[in-house]
Amino acid sequence: MSTAGAPPVIEFRGVGLTYPGPPPVPALQPCDLTVRQGDYVTVVGPSGSGKSTFLNIAGLLDAPTEGRYLLDGIDTGPLADGERTGLRGRRIGFVFQSFHLLPHRSALENVELAMVYNGGARRGRRERAREALHRVGLGHRTDALPTRLSGGERQRVAIARALVARPSLLLCDEPTGNLDTQTAESVLALLDELHADGITLVVITHAPDVAARGRRTVAIRDGVLTEQVGV
Amino acid sequence: MPSFKKLSDLAWPGRTPAAPRVPRGERSRFSPGDLLAESVAGILQRPARSALTALGTVLGVGTFVAVLGLTATTSSQIDSRFNELTATEVTVEDTGGEQPEFLANAFPADADRRIGALGGVREAGVYWPVRLAPGTTVGSAPPGSGATGEEAQVVAASPGVLAAAEPSLAQGRTFDSYHDRHGENVAVIGSGLASRLGIFTLETAPAVFVGDRAFTVIGIVDDVQRKADLLLSVVVPRTTAEEIWGGPQSGERAKMLISTDLGAARQIASEAALALDPAHPDHFKVVPPPDPKTLRGSVTSDLNQLFMLLAGICLVIGAVGIANTTLVAVLERTGEIGLRRALGARGRHITVQFLAESGALGALGGLVGTSFGTVTVVVMAVHREWTPVIHPATVVTAPLVGLATGVLAGLYPAWRASRIQPAEALRR
Repeated sequence: MSTAGAPPVIEFRGVGLTYPGPPPVPALQPCDLTVRQGDYVTVVGPSGSGKSTFLNIAGLLDAPTEGRYLLDGIDTGPLADGERTGLRGRRIGFVFQSFHLLPHRSALENVELAMVYNGGARRGRRERAREALHRVGLGHRTDALPTRLSGGERQRVAIARALVARPSLLLCDEPTGNLDTQTAESVLALLDELHADGITLVVITHAPDVAARGRRTVAIRDGVLTEQVGV
Repeated sequence: MPSFKKLSDLAWPGRTPAAPRVPRGERSRFSPGDLLAESVAGILQRPARSALTALGTVLGVGTFVAVLGLTATTSSQIDSRFNELTATEVTVEDTGGEQPEFLANAFPADADRRIGALGGVREAGVYWPVRLAPGTTVGSAPPGSGATGEEAQVVAASPGVLAAAEPSLAQGRTFDSYHDRHGENVAVIGSGLASRLGIFTLETAPAVFVGDRAFTVIGIVDDVQRKADLLLSVVVPRTTAEEIWGGPQSGERAKMLISTDLGAARQIASEAALALDPAHPDHFKVVPPPDPKTLRGSVTSDLNQLFMLLAGICLVIGAVGIANTTLVAVLERTGEIGLRRALGARGRHITVQFLAESGALGALGGLVGTSFGTVTVVVMAVHREWTPVIHPATVVTAPLVGLATGVLAGLYPAWRASRIQPAEALRR
């Protein structure tokens, strides 16, 4: 699926982040990483290892203090805050451990929210949101409030919300952390499906069985990122 | 696989991964329609809390509208009372100077002529109530004939009084200077008294008996513009009354009614006493028409300023309430703010959303307050049978005052919200 010649989705060139003093805390040592279109990369590591820092940098929520980060070939370093925000809203779909659904809005409205800030016309949003919910197998629960949904269903709504703006990258932070084994399995199966469809996936997790689903696995330990080969 | 194919077909055009910088179309936006929808949803997701938050604004704006409306209503009521009739009426009272017991009637016999000579005077006349002996009644037949008399006021009046009162006659005529000069026994009576006495036509030349004195009724008055008590009285010429009963008795002193041209009243009021008796102008007390300016000024009293102050305090309390609730909402919705930032919202988008929410809350409170204030004014006016008057500017401004209160109150919380770092917020 990956197009030859197209720039990688994520390209870290010596990217590192040190929280300023005193004393300076190095959260992520300078590292190189390339994620190509259609990749399925899992990032593992114990808590406090620097996974969150990696997520924040990759998700444009935080800027690295060292190195260059290219997203879809765009150098994110010199971008103004508004441009970074626009890039984040359009090219990155987030899936969080705690879902982050608005409790007073229906599943459909939660998915629509992802299109509010992207400058698209209001018309047609509902249809696209409905399609995305169909895609994750929730076509029958579009009008339910999140409080009426099971954990697995909530995470599916969140995945639909992440997908609906058609991002370059789906960035998942512990997507199964709040789910029981069986539900987790169904969500992971959905991610497998999305990968098969050509979506670029980066999944951050501490669970080895989740990490094993990825085509590539990257480990972070004490801020040092290493690619694990041959897993 | 096939189902996603369909989804990816809709992928936005113009995505050029090789572009070295962010394409123009990729800046995040927040359309006014979306802003409205998001802020209304924010208010409606906690309706009870929103209603309570808006209460301060409701009270403040409501008081504001009610006070202004009641002031306008009262002012217009004064305007309608202070019409052409009152503006052209001057009354002169006989005080009798320093020793009134020695001066029964300070008005000279030619008082009507003296005042009538002043510029701007239309009609002028002297009148006083006649004090009858106790038990004297008024009837259409002589006493002792079996007919029962009526208790009625007898008024001695020079012809000018009837003219100044601007009567509309049901039948007949009023008396004139001829009757007065010759002391004719004639009377003009009100239609109410006439029907009580059983007098329905003047063709039979009916008479009224005051005690055993007979007066020929020459006119029945249907209505008067001034001095409505004439309608219930038997009005007889001044000279006639003086011949029969004498002048005004002590305690019931004479008065003069003057009708003037429009705008001449105050001038005439300043001249009347001197014209009546150049040697003793202090024998008279002249009552000019009220000045509408001073009347209206007294309506906008200290009490109103107090109420406006109260309205202001209510607004401040309302603003503090909105500020507090919005701040709590910002803290509560930190996760939501983080999520919105992750979905592409800029800090300023978060600011305007919370500003719009607090502004809408204030405007809503302002609208409800305006309605309550208007209803209050209408109810008060109906209760007093007045015409409710509210200036259109009040009704337009009041909701805007609510809106401004809300926006002001939202400034700090909205600024706080925009400063929340998405990475921090999403960790919760």
